[in-house]
Amino acid sequence: MRLRFWMVCLLAGTVCAVSILPAWAQSESYQYIDIRNPFLRKIPLAVPFFKNQTGGPREDENSRKAVDLLAGSLDFTGYFKILDRGAFLFDAQKSGVSAADINFQNWTVIGAELLITGVFEQSGDSVAMELRLFDTVRSRQALGKRYSGNIAETRKMILRFCSEVIYYLTGNTGIFNSRIAFVSTGSGKKEIYSCDFDGYNPTRLTYNDSISLFPSWSSDGQYLAYTSYKGGKPDIYIRNLADKKEGVIAREGINICPAWAPDRLELAATMSFSGDQEIYLLTAAGKMIKKLTNNRGSDVSPTWSPDGRKIALVSNRTGGPQVYILDLNTGNERRLTFEGKYNTQPSWSPRGDKIAYSSQVNGFHQIFVIDAEGQNAMQLTRNGGDSESPTWSPDGSLIMFSSTREGPSRLYVMTAFGTDQRRLLLLNGEQTNPKWSSGVFN
Amino acid sequence: MKKKLWIVLALLLVMPGFLFTISCQKKVAAQAPAPAPAPMAPAPAPAPAPMAPAKMEVPAFMTERVYFDFDKSVLKLEAQALLKKKAEWLKANPNAKLLIEGNCDERGTAEYNLALGERRAESAKKFLADLGIDAKRISTISYGEERPMDPRHTEQAWAKNRNDGFVIN
Repeated sequence: MRLRFWMVCLLAGTVCAVSILPAWAQSESYQYIDIRNPFLRKIPLAVPFFKNQTGGPREDENSRKAVDLLAGSLDFTGYFKILDRGAFLFDAQKSGVSAADINFQNWTVIGAELLITGVFEQSGDSVAMELRLFDTVRSRQALGKRYSGNIAETRKMILRFCSEVIYYLTGNTGIFNSRIAFVSTGSGKKEIYSCDFDGYNPTRLTYNDSISLFPSWSSDGQYLAYTSYKGGKPDIYIRNLADKKEGVIAREGINICPAWAPDRLELAATMSFSGDQEIYLLTAAGKMIKKLTNNRGSDVSPTWSPDGRKIALVSNRTGGPQVYILDLNTGNERRLTFEGKYNTQPSWSPRGDKIAYSSQVNGFHQIFVIDAEGQNAMQLTRNGGDSESPTWSPDGSLIMFSSTREGPSRLYVMTAFGTDQRRLLLLNGEQTNPKWSSGVFN
Repeated sequence: MKKKLWIVLALLLVMPGFLFTISCQKKVAAQAPAPAPAPMAPAPAPAPAPMAPAKMEVPAFMTERVYFDFDKSVLKLEAQALLKKKAEWLKANPNAKLLIEGNCDERGTAEYNLALGERRAESAKKFLADLGIDAKRISTISYGEERPMDPRHTEQAWAKNRNDGFVIN
């Protein structure tokens, strides 16, 4: 049985994972974390160093990297208080890693309510890990997984376990497969880049040598739409991320701010070929399906409700820019924002209940969220400078945005309630227009 | 099937793109009106010049910008006065074509500003057309907040950056 498993791993040549959970535990699930609760208490989590099987120096180094990535990635979610390893009454090399060998009191006494142990084994370029999540209060194992693959896939394995942990605790698969697209001026021009959810591995996607703006991921993660001046004026480009081939939507006037519909390859975008700026529904090939708005003046920045039935948008029909909601079935429109004179950049949360947007307060843009019904507008950022372009994590727990709080515009992330604001990454140039992908693909 | 779609898309959409590139080639940058040639430099042996059409002399007021209030695309009185002057010159020079570039300051947000820049360019175009200039001679483009004249973050810079630029060709 064991042999067959390893053979399968070998044949597949990718990351393999098996559950090492006792059967009784698999049927149970706990609602440890309710991500809709703004007063969420951070759960104290202990992530001691892994137990290294062979004791080689490379194994030791990679094991440290892996355990730090595990702790850092879980910390990124904002759900946990990662406990200082200095306080642990635990020696990874001498102590056991499974429930029978763990003295849970050693963990509860330092305040840990959750514990993750790991066994790390490297031979040549292959690595195998056994990772376990324990509920120290109930003195039992909650999750157990064994992963194996090439050393280069350690990050993938660790993030997969993070997804399991978050799924176990919240019932949601989390953010660990997701990516961020954004605009950076590192090359001297605005180009589109992408990176992992945590800022890891920033990669330049476009070499347009022009102005490129407003990236948008299709919900299957296969296409990226954006706006660029590379043809001489602002047009929409749709890139197949696999083969890098592009289509273009270049009608007369402006063709800007594409937004992919959830779960289908259609997009809403602003175009002005009619002589007025309106939002249209288009196929991925740029064919017109329907005109969605009909107001004099600007209608821009469409964002879809997760059920695909409504869009929120920005319109200046009453003078300054305000956020409106358009029901695509009935054609009914209602104004969402009434506070403030400059409300733009709406972003509909993946849970459907909230809309984030930027609002000018005392001359600076700040990030707000408001109920989709229009109640409870709440200001989330108060730092100096502008905070703009909010975008939700695929599970609705985090909001990313750009801000000039430290001078040049950079990307920041916070919880959906405005806590734990931190910079995502440090790159040359300025970073703007972040857009978080859905998390359903790899 | 999918491949075919992309080909059709390419044909439909890339072609107008090409047309646009061609029509753009002869533009003269508006920001830096070419300085008058140094007075009477000793003429080098002139190359046998082909019979090039006499170059239009573009007066400075033709590339002078008009300015807007924050989040507004309405032409102010001084902007209207300047546009009337431009219209007179365009009437006297019927072969000249005009590109109007709409610009915004950084205080707005990028998406809305791209739309606002277009409305700014279009309101100047409409004003000129109302004065009898053939709209076909005028094209517009919005740069939103992407091409500030003054990169500083001050009231003066912002006021400068809310404008229509004019390119004659």
